[in-house]
Amino acid sequence: MIARIIALAAGFVALVTLPYWMHGEYYINVSSQILFSAIFALGLNIIAGYGGLVSLGHAGLLGIAAYSTGYMLQAGFGHTLAILAALVIGVASMAVYAVLALRATGIGFIMITLALGEIIWGLAYRWISITNGDNGINLHGRPEPFGFAIESARNFYYVTLVVFLVSFAAVTVFVRSPLGAALMGTRDQPRRMNALGYHVWAIRFWACMFSGLLTAISGILFVYYTQFISPQALDLTASAEVLLMVISGGAGTLFGPIVGAALVVVVKSVVSGFLERWNMLLGFIFVAIVILMPEGLVPGSARLWRLAWRRLTAPGKAAVPEGKP
Amino acid sequence: MSALTIAGLCKSFGGLHVTGNVDLNVEPGERRLIIGPNGAGKTTLFNLITGEITPDSGSIQLFGQDITKTPSRRRAHLGMARTYQIITLFPHDSIVHNVSLALLGLSPLRWNPFIDMRRQGHITERARTALQRVGLAHIAERPLTQTSYGERRRVEIAMALAQNPKVLLLDEPFAGLSIDERRDVHACLMAIPRDVTIVMIEHNMDVALEFAERITLLHFGEVIVEGNRAEVVADPRTREVYLGH
Amino acid sequence: MTFWLLLTINSITFGGLLFLLAAGFSLIFGLMRIPNLTHGSLFMLGAYFGATFVGGLLGTVFNFWLAALMAAVLVAAFGALIERLLLRRLPGQPLAQVLVTLGISFIVADFCLMVWGGDPIAVATPESLIGIVRYGTLAFPLYRIAVIGIAAVVAAGLWLLLDRTRLGAMIRAGVDDPDMARVVGIRVSQLFTVVFSLGAGIAAFAGVIGGPILSVYPGLDQYMLPLALVVVILGGSGSLVGSIVGSLVIGFIYNFGQALLPELAYFVLFLPMLLVLLLRPQGLFGRFVP
Repeated sequence: MIARIIALAAGFVALVTLPYWMHGEYYINVSSQILFSAIFALGLNIIAGYGGLVSLGHAGLLGIAAYSTGYMLQAGFGHTLAILAALVIGVASMAVYAVLALRATGIGFIMITLALGEIIWGLAYRWISITNGDNGINLHGRPEPFGFAIESARNFYYVTLVVFLVSFAAVTVFVRSPLGAALMGTRDQPRRMNALGYHVWAIRFWACMFSGLLTAISGILFVYYTQFISPQALDLTASAEVLLMVISGGAGTLFGPIVGAALVVVVKSVVSGFLERWNMLLGFIFVAIVILMPEGLVPGSARLWRLAWRRLTAPGKAAVPEGKP
Repeated sequence: MSALTIAGLCKSFGGLHVTGNVDLNVEPGERRLIIGPNGAGKTTLFNLITGEITPDSGSIQLFGQDITKTPSRRRAHLGMARTYQIITLFPHDSIVHNVSLALLGLSPLRWNPFIDMRRQGHITERARTALQRVGLAHIAERPLTQTSYGERRRVEIAMALAQNPKVLLLDEPFAGLSIDERRDVHACLMAIPRDVTIVMIEHNMDVALEFAERITLLHFGEVIVEGNRAEVVADPRTREVYLGH
Repeated sequence: MTFWLLLTINSITFGGLLFLLAAGFSLIFGLMRIPNLTHGSLFMLGAYFGATFVGGLLGTVFNFWLAALMAAVLVAAFGALIERLLLRRLPGQPLAQVLVTLGISFIVADFCLMVWGGDPIAVATPESLIGIVRYGTLAFPLYRIAVIGIAAVVAAGLWLLLDRTRLGAMIRAGVDDPDMARVVGIRVSQLFTVVFSLGAGIAAFAGVIGGPILSVYPGLDQYMLPLALVVVILGGSGSLVGSIVGSLVIGFIYNFGQALLPELAYFVLFLPMLLVLLLRPQGLFGRFVP
């Protein structure tokens, strides 16, 4: 318990002081990428991990927020309006997405969301009058929240960090709340929850909306980071990647999506620099996780740590499972 | 006013009539037993009563209120609770959390995304009380995965009792229990006060017959015999249904 | 007139290819309840193998049809490996199944990129089928007609297998009720391996014969997989008739959509699938709701 608090505090301090010990603008940028990817993964985790609804089209929703921002800026609106529009459009799109996808559960949900993601990608690719098709939309500059310029890697990192911490806190509060408990109940025993008086569809819908908000936030940070949005950011691979972030890190845990995001971003951005076959590496890592730690890296490591700790603190005793009298 | 009135309830799946023109009238506080051979349609009848399946025709009334078209989730709020034949509990959680979820279902708090569930003492206290009634309060914090089958059956009953139901539907509550466990469950069922009406499906005749005041015998989805214990046991049709002659 | 005729032929041809891909996916999903997200990569892998065999491997140029069969066998074996070593450990765990099948698709896609490079490979139409066949004033591209014929033959073969053989009866039983099938003594796990490799092999075969039409390039897997999914959702899982009908419908919508409404092509394609999901979630001929 104490170990946990120390670890969390240390992590927090490390994040806050990161630009001072992480050398090189490139790595600070990678850290920003990890943080807003983590927000994206946390958003997906709400419905996939805690709700049992696996969405394979979530990159489409991120793309909608990103494209909205880009479109508004291109049309001449200011940053504030662009961001607000992106949030509203993003969440509204999620509402439509949810109403369609929640017609099914389980595998049906996976297939519908895959199709929806593909439709959004197709629109981004073909609706050239709005999205500029394959050429994408370029952004010029970043907003200045409260006069604080965030063009530099360091300053952008701090804004991203603040948004990340607020998002993470929101997710933690949600997960610990009665609505969060109800959501997890619908994941485990939807039929029983219905009989207990819960409105299963509505619970899932509102979870989707929360997920949509986090996804939109992530999309806005993403587009300001890269200063560019094109259909590639919303294709099936992108949706698969964020889902893999959640599952590999540990679906239904608070830190799993963050670890998963770090894994994927590091392999994509850092490892890809010196390993051409990083895609294959990522694939092998995922397969390895399924074999060795199917519950995900975070719960799996915690399990191994507990095993190792028991061996270390009680050498010579037979391993006794916890809880048995 | 009767607690539960069913009139002319019918349900077919394809060509198979699972429930055929069932009439049932349960008085408040009554202990009703529903028996019948396998495939008689007993659990289907329960599913129709709780609203998980919609009937083809007929009506269901709960304390005079027509609930035939009421969605399943609302029937819980109207005072109906049930246990399941196959244990459907929440595997990742502790026993007390399982029961707390049952309590939360009837509370407007279930929509709240801000407060901390672990701090809702009033819910956890009532959950523990329910667990006490089934004799499981001492292991309230135990994860469900570390409980025995008999204990899980009792958790199911605790969840149903925690909802303070007016009508309690028990689907084979004694199934798979050892003699001691059966005794415990029987004791806790006998202790339920008369403001709760109980309808029970059971195969285990010894314990069930002791418990029942009125018995309804179902066969191929239809009511064959109905009456008090003595009447049903003596009726030649009962023998026919179970022994075939 | 020729424009519409060609469009129709192309639609049926594409439908035929889709059928070969979707039938395997539908069987795997219907029997094993696993959404095999590797299926697109298996199609692509087969296409690459086929292209290599046809183009010449170690000095030997293989006959087109032999190449297709060899590719199918290779990928079928690979499929069997995937099923036995990985998928078998994950019954009823959709998240893990998604993770594994996507992970394998990443590996296969990158493997293809590594071995065959990023440039598209054109596959020569088999000599015997180059050209046009004439019927009165109408002209039909011969290869495309041939593909329709092949797809029809495979469909008939699959139908015979499912309807007339013991293996087929076991598969159908497994699709309808896997638990019951086990109780009755059907060796469900062996059945799984057979069906998975069969599906993989047919997908690879489709990849090869699709080569002269689609060519082979990185991203082919992501192009075909969603289409196969749409076919299965539309037609229904575990139903052969559903796969046939679904493939034809999608084949037509895709080709006509591309030709007539290019801006909305993707939207038009997925719309019927969404409609089916909203109105009849088990698909037109599906045996269960996913």
